[in-house]
Amino acid sequence: MQIEYINAFDVVIGVLWRFWPVWAALILVMGASFTYKKRLGLYGQLFDSGVGIAGVFICLFWLFTAIFASTISPFDPLAQVSVMKDTLPGAIEPASKLVYYFGGDKLARDVFSRMVYGSQIVLIIAPAATGFALMVGITLGLPAGYYGGKIDTLLSFLANLVLAFPVILLFYLLVTPGIMDTPIPYAMAGLFFLFPIIFFCVLFWTRYKNRPDRLYILLGITLVVGGWIYTGLVFDKDPFKIVHIDPNQLNIFVAVVFASSPGVFRIVRGLTMDIKTRDYVAAAQTRGESPWYIMLWEILPNARGPLIVDACLRIGYTTILLGTLGYFGLGLAPESPDWGTAIKDASRLLRSFIHPALPPTIALMSFVLGLNLLADSLREQSMKD
Amino acid sequence: MFSFIARRIGTILLTMLCLTLVVFFLVNLEPNLKKLAISQTEMHTPADQLESWLANHGYRQNFFARYGQWLGVLPKHPITDPATGKTTQRFSFCNDPTEPTFSGVLQGDFGCSTKFKTTVGAKLFPALGATGLLMFWVLAVMVPISLLIGILAGMREGSRTDRTLSVASIASTATPEYVSGVIFTVIFASWLGWLNGSAASASQGITFYNFTLPVITLAIYGIGYIARMTRASMVEVMTQQYIRTARLKGLSFGSVVVKHALRNALIAPFTVIMLQFPWLLTGVVIVEVMFRYQGFGYTLVEAAGNNDIDLLLGCSLVSVFIVLITQLISDVGYAFLNPRIRVQ
Repeated sequence: MQIEYINAFDVVIGVLWRFWPVWAALILVMGASFTYKKRLGLYGQLFDSGVGIAGVFICLFWLFTAIFASTISPFDPLAQVSVMKDTLPGAIEPASKLVYYFGGDKLARDVFSRMVYGSQIVLIIAPAATGFALMVGITLGLPAGYYGGKIDTLLSFLANLVLAFPVILLFYLLVTPGIMDTPIPYAMAGLFFLFPIIFFCVLFWTRYKNRPDRLYILLGITLVVGGWIYTGLVFDKDPFKIVHIDPNQLNIFVAVVFASSPGVFRIVRGLTMDIKTRDYVAAAQTRGESPWYIMLWEILPNARGPLIVDACLRIGYTTILLGTLGYFGLGLAPESPDWGTAIKDASRLLRSFIHPALPPTIALMSFVLGLNLLADSLREQSMKD
Repeated sequence: MFSFIARRIGTILLTMLCLTLVVFFLVNLEPNLKKLAISQTEMHTPADQLESWLANHGYRQNFFARYGQWLGVLPKHPITDPATGKTTQRFSFCNDPTEPTFSGVLQGDFGCSTKFKTTVGAKLFPALGATGLLMFWVLAVMVPISLLIGILAGMREGSRTDRTLSVASIASTATPEYVSGVIFTVIFASWLGWLNGSAASASQGITFYNFTLPVITLAIYGIGYIARMTRASMVEVMTQQYIRTARLKGLSFGSVVVKHALRNALIAPFTVIMLQFPWLLTGVVIVEVMFRYQGFGYTLVEAAGNNDIDLLLGCSLVSVFIVLITQLISDVGYAFLNPRIRVQ
């Protein structure tokens, strides 16, 4: 059967048109941010430089793409339409008359839809894993830097132990199909997901321990919400069936958190050691505040600048890690539309077809670039203060 | 200084011991042993024969006893036939001993690769040589380019050159190897046809045609990072009093940069380049798999994919050693280069 094609110009217009919900949302958010940028603090200051605007634009673009993925993509990312196998960009699918804008891959799936759906996987796992890594790193880094001594030696040794592993070796050992039969990923998940709960409990306890009316409400909320998400993620026994994660995704998630929390730990430890010599810490010590109050309410807020910058860079780095996992076929399902898996599949056939390789590579590169630009601009803004 | 290095080497040995124990534990998990037994026996072997294969080859001994054997503090035992008492080699392709001997890492025996049917040493060290060659060319390309970019950008902070080069280095740090590899292959191999998209022939002899793509793919990810560190260090140096003094003395801008600023600005990048090695190791794995170059990374992936226990342990030992020793060199070198740092 003869496949009909639309020309290159129509492909570009068509792709831009498919992204219409993203453009609408971008105009709304960017417009509002521009109008009220004076009142938006650090986020508003990003709009003062071209680099910052570019960073925000790219990050929001992929965020909205992930949110509106089902509206944007014309096809199901896993659907195979056999006549469309290896078709070039702009091929028209005979049954629905919809267009394979970036062509079809070797399994006759729409490359464009797969790229759009791939953003969902990245934008869920990367920020969430970074968030957990931040929690673990902060909860362990603060006491290590503040107390020093034996705790510091032990925790630093453990952190260096993990950092001495080449990341790829770590993933080959931790993200294999076999390891899901053992309790190791669940034990690690159980350990890592405890940290946010501990963090928030200590945070509220140190602040409000003399005001029981507030304290019990906040602790209650933390324990209920935390416990609910915890049972959903670790044991997959969420009573409301809302919080759910596939075992192999949990495995990836845990491995990524494990690989990136020692980095956060080191940064937090260094910042704490620097900040604890300041006068306001000495003042708090003289007031008789407890060590954890000083760590969480005096030191941590003053370390937020470098931590925000690091979080941005780390989300980008986690995206690269996820891509690496996909590229080596570790953890994610073989038909998963994530960018790393797509790059792996396409790069094996580069000699015959190049069009399935380019959309996921450019998508991944642009998202990481956006995060790096954002981090760079944030760093510059925080240096000005 | 001496006691500092001695203490650091002690920490390194302790770290390597802990890490190999962790790796040993992970590769000896039950599903992994099953996978190994299935791949080493005939197709459709019944479960009890898999079990006896594992027991025969010593995989059912106590975990710590086996770790001790691998390490070389306990003797390795050959297979003993319970009926006749005759002993045979565990793996005939590795010249394993027929009587109990101390033969582990401490004695220089890295064990036996079940995937490649040879000793780990015979497989690992040629692969390391091949990767060393790749690393050499990567560093030869990466270091001069990144230092040049960093110095040019940091010379005049905020200038147009600075902005352009900074954005370019950010873009390069945002491009992991599997992305730049694909893009370079598309441009230089598929489209222009100048270079070979596979480095498989590089084992016979490297040429510009087959080796350029792996080298630039690996180099590009590091260039941005080192360039940015060099830029930051250069910017800091250029604001120092002695630079202003030199300028006010009437020296030209060029000679101030070359004679006064450069030496001081290059201390920080030295550390950064040394600490790049762990990242390069991951990159090496990706690039060698992508371009089919038979080096260390390729060996590691093969070992991990087939659960080749001894080879994987050898690979992790080597990579952990590289990471730790480069950290030590960077610390010691930093103390030598910067007289203001004194090590206790």
